[in-house]
Amino acid sequence: MISLTSYAFVSMILFSIGVIGVIARRNIFVIYMSIELMLNGVNLFLVTFARYYFSMDPQIITIMVISIAAAEAAIFLSVIILLYRSKKSLDTDIFTTLTQGEK
Amino acid sequence: MTDTSLLVWIILAPLIGSILNAGFYFYHVKRRPIPELVFSLIGTITPLIAFLITLNLFLSMLDNEVTYRQELFTWLNIENLNISMAFLGDKLAIFMSMFVTFVGWLIHIYAIGYMTKDEGFGKFFSYFNLFLASMLILVLADNPVILFIGWEGVGLCSYLLIAFYYTDKDNVLAGNKAFIANRVGDFGFLLGVVTLFFALGGVDLSFSSLESNISNASTALLALSGFLLFVGAMGKSAQIPLYVWLPDAMAGPTPISALIHAATMVTAGVYMVSRFHFLYSGIENIGIFIAYIGAFSALFAAIIATRQQDVKKILAYSTMSQLGYMFIAVGLGFYSSGLFHVLTHAFFKAMLFMGAGGMIIALHHEQNIFKMAQHRVQLPIIGITFLIGVIAISGIPPFSGFFSKDAILAAAFQEGEYLIWAIGVFTAFLTAYYMFRMYFILFVAPNKHTKNYVYTSRTITIPLLILAIGAVGAGFLNLPSTLGGEHMVDTWLMQTNSTEVHMSHATEYILMVVSVLVALLGIFVAYKKYANFDVYNPEDEKGLIANKFYVDEIYNVLFIQSLKKLSSFIDKTIDMKIIDGFIMNSCNQFINIGKKVAMIQNANVRFYALFMLVGMSCVFIYLYISLGL
Repeated sequence: MISLTSYAFVSMILFSIGVIGVIARRNIFVIYMSIELMLNGVNLFLVTFARYYFSMDPQIITIMVISIAAAEAAIFLSVIILLYRSKKSLDTDIFTTLTQGEK
Repeated sequence: MTDTSLLVWIILAPLIGSILNAGFYFYHVKRRPIPELVFSLIGTITPLIAFLITLNLFLSMLDNEVTYRQELFTWLNIENLNISMAFLGDKLAIFMSMFVTFVGWLIHIYAIGYMTKDEGFGKFFSYFNLFLASMLILVLADNPVILFIGWEGVGLCSYLLIAFYYTDKDNVLAGNKAFIANRVGDFGFLLGVVTLFFALGGVDLSFSSLESNISNASTALLALSGFLLFVGAMGKSAQIPLYVWLPDAMAGPTPISALIHAATMVTAGVYMVSRFHFLYSGIENIGIFIAYIGAFSALFAAIIATRQQDVKKILAYSTMSQLGYMFIAVGLGFYSSGLFHVLTHAFFKAMLFMGAGGMIIALHHEQNIFKMAQHRVQLPIIGITFLIGVIAISGIPPFSGFFSKDAILAAAFQEGEYLIWAIGVFTAFLTAYYMFRMYFILFVAPNKHTKNYVYTSRTITIPLLILAIGAVGAGFLNLPSTLGGEHMVDTWLMQTNSTEVHMSHATEYILMVVSVLVALLGIFVAYKKYANFDVYNPEDEKGLIANKFYVDEIYNVLFIQSLKKLSSFIDKTIDMKIIDGFIMNSCNQFINIGKKVAMIQNANVRFYALFMLVGMSCVFIYLYISLGL
């Protein structure tokens, strides 16, 4: 049986790749995918816990996360389309003009 | 029938008149016009009431020795400072308020004729009554603090009245000048009262208790207090060096000049020194100091007056000069002689101002004596009364000015102050000279136009005639024993510890003859020079004397310009550069810090995520270490 530590290690790697993707990439689609990666990293960890401790609670949270991620994806994709229409770009640095103050 | 409670009504009568007139004037301005008769009646009846009450008190005082004192309420009672709103009607106060109310009343009547058809008629009478009320508060005050109320009151009213024609900038400036010069003096007075309070410690501040406690105080503090109080008198009574406001005060309507110069305001200083006689008699040398200030003021003003061309300014300088005589008297301790001169001066100076005012109206507000002479009009009553006034002030017997001035000169001679005596005699010569110079130019010097002009207003002529009687006859009230008199004023006022004149009759005769001769000489010189003067070719206005010794200019440089420079230095350098620099600089520092902080908030989501990550990592590391996991 694969140990808990190995699962935890894989989910940490997934999460970290997601974090780095959010911070380092400028393409908003890649950022979105990185966020999904972070969520999946957490999901994997939760499911591992559920299996090891024979508890359904982490699984419930996982289902919650997946459904919220789906809802988020719907909103996120529509927002991206709107932003793209107004700016003709997927570069997040351009979207800093959404701030209240002058830039 | 006399009752002590009448005392306060002497003050309340004109005060109520002032309030009523002010109320009616508001109605007059806001709603519908009120006839001048209403204002005139209120304005003249209230001083008459004050005069009648004073007369009543005076007559009952003649019969039996009484001192009226009326305490209304306690005004201030803080630990050992106790000031009550009380009024004192002793001989000095009643003597003073007798002619303040009487001459004041006559000037009020005169003002009806003078101010007629003026827009601010009601306002004028409101101020005028307030002026009289303030003066009466000053005279009847029972303690220095109440005296100060009146003292400030006359200062305020003089400001209001000198700047009465407020649409003219010069008048307003003259009003300001009077107010500010007086404020300097008032500051001295106030400090004097405070010093007196500290010198005496916790006593009731009324004059009687001050007098009985005066010996407990330290001499140094008393001397300081006496000097500071006298600074106040310098301001009010226009003595060197605070006299500059008085000639400029001629900007107001003539009745005001008459009131300021005859019955109120300028005599306040003399009265105050007499009131504090117990203080001044206890201080060494201050009497001599006061007398010398008076003597030099008298001389200085008389010299300036010889070259002035404005009829009212000549009279103003003569007032300053006569006040100098009064201060010689009170400085040397001859309070009754000083006050007697205040009395006679009130009559003839009020009359001279009224006469000058009558001529000024007749000549459409021309005040230059040479131009007035060019358009001479025949004003018989004014002409005669003016001559009486000029003779009286010049000191020709038996007119009143002779007796009062001579008493002062005799006093100076007796005290051994021969320099003061000599200055006084020389000033008498100058007085006769410049007064007759004015008279000859105005009434005698030949000119081409002499119009017949009869001024009909009885309100102007009747007060003049009454005052003429006073100017001629007031001297007999204090006829010296040398001339078979009884020193009535001296005897009556003896409670003020006045020093008496004791000298041989021969000396007294010689002194009298000297002063009469000197006055006659002055008249003779004036006659020679001005009786046939060509008024179409007036004197030029050049030279030191005609320019009043440039004192105004010196003051301008010394106080006004230097203060302006100092202020602009403080504004430009200290305020703008140092203080503003400091404040603005610290502001800028905060702005710079803010800008640096703002750089973090750059709306870049990925940066925010990075910060969040860093922050969370820090929290986890902290938890890891602190919880020992």
